[in-house]
Amino acid sequence: MIKEDEKGMSLIVKTITRLTAGLILLYGIYIVFHGHVSHGGGFAGGVMIALSFIHLMLAYGKEVVFRKLSKAAALFFVTLGAILFLGIALLGFAKGHFLLNFISKGEPFKLFSAGIIPYCNIAIGLIVGAGFFVIFVALVSLKFEKEQKE
Amino acid sequence: MIELYSLLIFMIIGAIIAIEAKDLISSVVAVGTVGLGLSITFLVLKAPDIAITQLVVEILCLIVLIRATIKEDLSFSTSGRWAFSTLITAGFIAVFLFVACKCLKELPEFGYPTMRVASTYLKEGLTETGATNLVSSVALDYRAYDTLGEVTVLFTAVIGVLAIVRQVGRKKS
Repeated sequence: MIKEDEKGMSLIVKTITRLTAGLILLYGIYIVFHGHVSHGGGFAGGVMIALSFIHLMLAYGKEVVFRKLSKAAALFFVTLGAILFLGIALLGFAKGHFLLNFISKGEPFKLFSAGIIPYCNIAIGLIVGAGFFVIFVALVSLKFEKEQKE
Repeated sequence: MIELYSLLIFMIIGAIIAIEAKDLISSVVAVGTVGLGLSITFLVLKAPDIAITQLVVEILCLIVLIRATIKEDLSFSTSGRWAFSTLITAGFIAVFLFVACKCLKELPEFGYPTMRVASTYLKEGLTETGATNLVSSVALDYRAYDTLGEVTVLFTAVIGVLAIVRQVGRKKS
């Protein structure tokens, strides 16, 4: 799955990370998608998605993570989430006013129910997950540059 | 009630240790225990949504703080004007305590909130929005303008961090 590199932490940490990082990412996506059915939502799930990538980055180093999700792609996801949320809000004008819940409500306790709420959750999950990852990458690379100067 | 008080004492002890610790790593770990206690407090007060969010944000903040402070151990600055700053701090604490004593008498008692708008949400929320998680229905349907503002703040924060710490365009001195 992930190619072994010399960088990063020890073999034990790398093996455990290989087992758990995918599970954390899946759990974050589950929390985002079921935000209107059970506890959680876009913000908590998005932070979990960001934490799975940060987990991978702490164990394996920067290059392995950038092969999976580059900085440009993360910025693209941040912008996509913001535009998606604003687009859903603006689509409400088709039936009435801004931010109107215009899709049919559906059955309770089903995945596709509650109108626009799951789609808004997905947009918030995208913007939070990619945004925190980008902030972490920016802070870490700032540190590296400062160490190189000294 | 007793578990809330014990959690509160635990958090206060953690905050005092965070202030008084000699090196930054112990201080960061003590701040982490304060956040963990806050998360368990939300769980005791039956707010699992906020407990989940507090827990994961606390872990993220701990990782960022340790990654930011583990390389360099900053020395604490002790300037010569400690009497002036102590006097200012004591004055602000006195003003805050006076205003808080005036305000807290007007609040409803702990555990007995005034349910004017919230009772409408609890009764009508499932039929009006279709979401079984009422927190989600309030955050994304009744109060969607707040969430739109929150997303705008987060987006602006990401753009601002990238604009400040970017490497392209920085002059070499």
